[in-house]
Amino acid sequence: MIILVISVTSFAVCGQGQTKSTMKIINNSAKVAEDDSPTFVSVTVKLAEGFLRTLELFGLTLLFAIPLGLIFSLLSMTKGVKYIMRVFIWIIRGTPLMLQLIIIYYGPGLIVKWAERNEVSNFMIDFLGKLNSMGAMTFAVIAFVINYSCYFSEIFRGGIESIPQGQKEAGQVLGLTKSQIFFRITLIQVVKRIVPPMSNEIITLVKDTSLARIITVYEIIFLGQKFIKLNGIIWPLFYTGVFYLAFSGLLTLIFGFIEKKLDYIKC
Amino acid sequence: MAYLEITGIEKSFGHNKVLKGIDFSLDKGQTVSIIGSSGSGKTTLLRCINFLEKPNLGTVKLDGSILFDGSQKKNIKEKIIRRNRLHFGLVFQSFNLFPQYTVLENVMLAPKLLFKDNPEKIKTLRGECEAIIENVGLIEKLNFYPSQLSGGQQQRVAIARALALDPEILCFDEPTSALDPELTGEVLRVIRDLRDKRITMIIVTHEMNFAREVSDKVIFMDDGRVVEQGSPEKLFTEPKTQRLKEFLGAML
Repeated sequence: MIILVISVTSFAVCGQGQTKSTMKIINNSAKVAEDDSPTFVSVTVKLAEGFLRTLELFGLTLLFAIPLGLIFSLLSMTKGVKYIMRVFIWIIRGTPLMLQLIIIYYGPGLIVKWAERNEVSNFMIDFLGKLNSMGAMTFAVIAFVINYSCYFSEIFRGGIESIPQGQKEAGQVLGLTKSQIFFRITLIQVVKRIVPPMSNEIITLVKDTSLARIITVYEIIFLGQKFIKLNGIIWPLFYTGVFYLAFSGLLTLIFGFIEKKLDYIKC
Repeated sequence: MAYLEITGIEKSFGHNKVLKGIDFSLDKGQTVSIIGSSGSGKTTLLRCINFLEKPNLGTVKLDGSILFDGSQKKNIKEKIIRRNRLHFGLVFQSFNLFPQYTVLENVMLAPKLLFKDNPEKIKTLRGECEAIIENVGLIEKLNFYPSQLSGGQQQRVAIARALALDPEILCFDEPTSALDPELTGEVLRVIRDLRDKRITMIIVTHEMNFAREVSDKVIFMDDGRVVEQGSPEKLFTEPKTQRLKEFLGAML
C-alpha cells in the first residue's frame, strides 16, 4: 500500500530525471542502450526483483541474529566465557562489515586451496569445501548474522542489566526458578526497553544489506547500477531509494505500533 | 521449642562484616519487630532469612528442621533454597511489583507456576487470590496495572502477592519507608489485620509507635548485633543499654 503510494508520487520526479540523465549520458558518450530502452515499469519490476533479494537477506539476518544475539548477550554476562565473548564482540564491531563480508566470502576458498596444495584433509576442510560451493547469498547471510548478533547482543545486555535487581529478587522470594524469572518477569521488560535501540539497528540493517553487492548478491543497488552499465541511465539507481524509504517507513510504523502496545508497562 | 530459631548468623560483604552473630527466636503466631538505625544490618538479616543472601555462618531452623546450615553452605542446591524460600514471604521496601501484570496477575503468578501440575488447585486459585486481594481492600483494582496505583495500594498488592503462597512466616522490609506519610496508615492497617489473624511476622521498621503497638517482641540491632530484645513495653519504657536509649531518644 505505502510502497504503491510512494512509487506513484515519485513517478513524475523519476520520469524527469530519466530524460535528463539519459540525455546527459547520450551527449557525453556514444554509449547507447543495447536492448530496448527500459521503461518505468520494466525498471520497477527489475528493481523489485532485487529488492526481494534485499528483503531475503534482511529477513534471514533478523531471523538468526536475534536469537544468536540473545545467546551472545547471555554469554557476555556469564563468568568464564564473558571475556572471550567480549573480545569477539569487539573484533566484529570494530571492523567494517564490508571487510567481514569479503573475508567470509573468500576465506573458505583460500583455505581449501591451501589445504589441497599441502594435502591436508580433515572434516573442517571438507566442511569449508562444501561451504565454498554455496551461493553468495549464504555467505552474505553468515556475515550479516554474525555482525548483527554482536550489535544486538550489546543492546540486549544493556536491556537486561537495566532491569532493577528488585524484580529478580521479588521472583526469587516467590520461589520462581531462574528461567521462570527470565521468561515471566524480566524478558518483556527488557523488550520494552530495547524497542527504540533495536528499531534503530534494524533500520540500519535495511540499508546495510546493500553492502552485499560486493560479494555479488544481486540485490537492488546491484541491479540499479547495472542499468548504468547496460543502458547508460542512472535514474534507476536513484529510484532504488524509494524502495528503501518505503520499507523503512513501514518498519517505523511497525515499531511505533509495538512501542504503543508496550506502553502499559511502566517500569 | 520456638517456631523459628536463628542462631549465630554472620554475614560479610568483602571485608565489611555486616552481621556479627545474630541469635533470636520466634513462636508461632508472634509478631517480631526489628528496629535500629540504618546500617545496623536489619535488612541484611531479613535477606538472610529469605535466602537472598547466604550467611557465612549460622543456622536457620524452622519448626524443628534445619533450613540452612552455614557450615555446609557449599552443598546447598539451588532447588533446596527455592523450596525453603516458600516457607517465608518477603514484602520489599520498594514493592517490586511486576509492571507488566495487573494486580490479579501479580498475585496469581507464583501460585499458578507452583501448582501448575495440580489442576484441582489451579481451578480454585483465582477465587482464593481474589479473596486475598479483597482482604487488603483492593478488590475494585483487580485489573489495574501497578503504575495506576498509589504507593500504599502497590504495597498492599505486594502484601497480597506474598500471602498468595501462604507462607509460614511473612517478612516486611521497611514496608512504609518509601511511602508518603499519609499513605502509611493503610499499609499498617493491613499488617495489623494480619497480626490479628495470628500470622507469624518479622517486621523491619522505623515506625516506632507501630512496632510498639503490634509486636509481641522487639529486637534492637546495632552494628550487626542484637543489642536488646524483649517485650515492647520493656524495650520502649525501660531500655537497659545506653545505645537503645540514644536511639529511642532520637526517634521519638
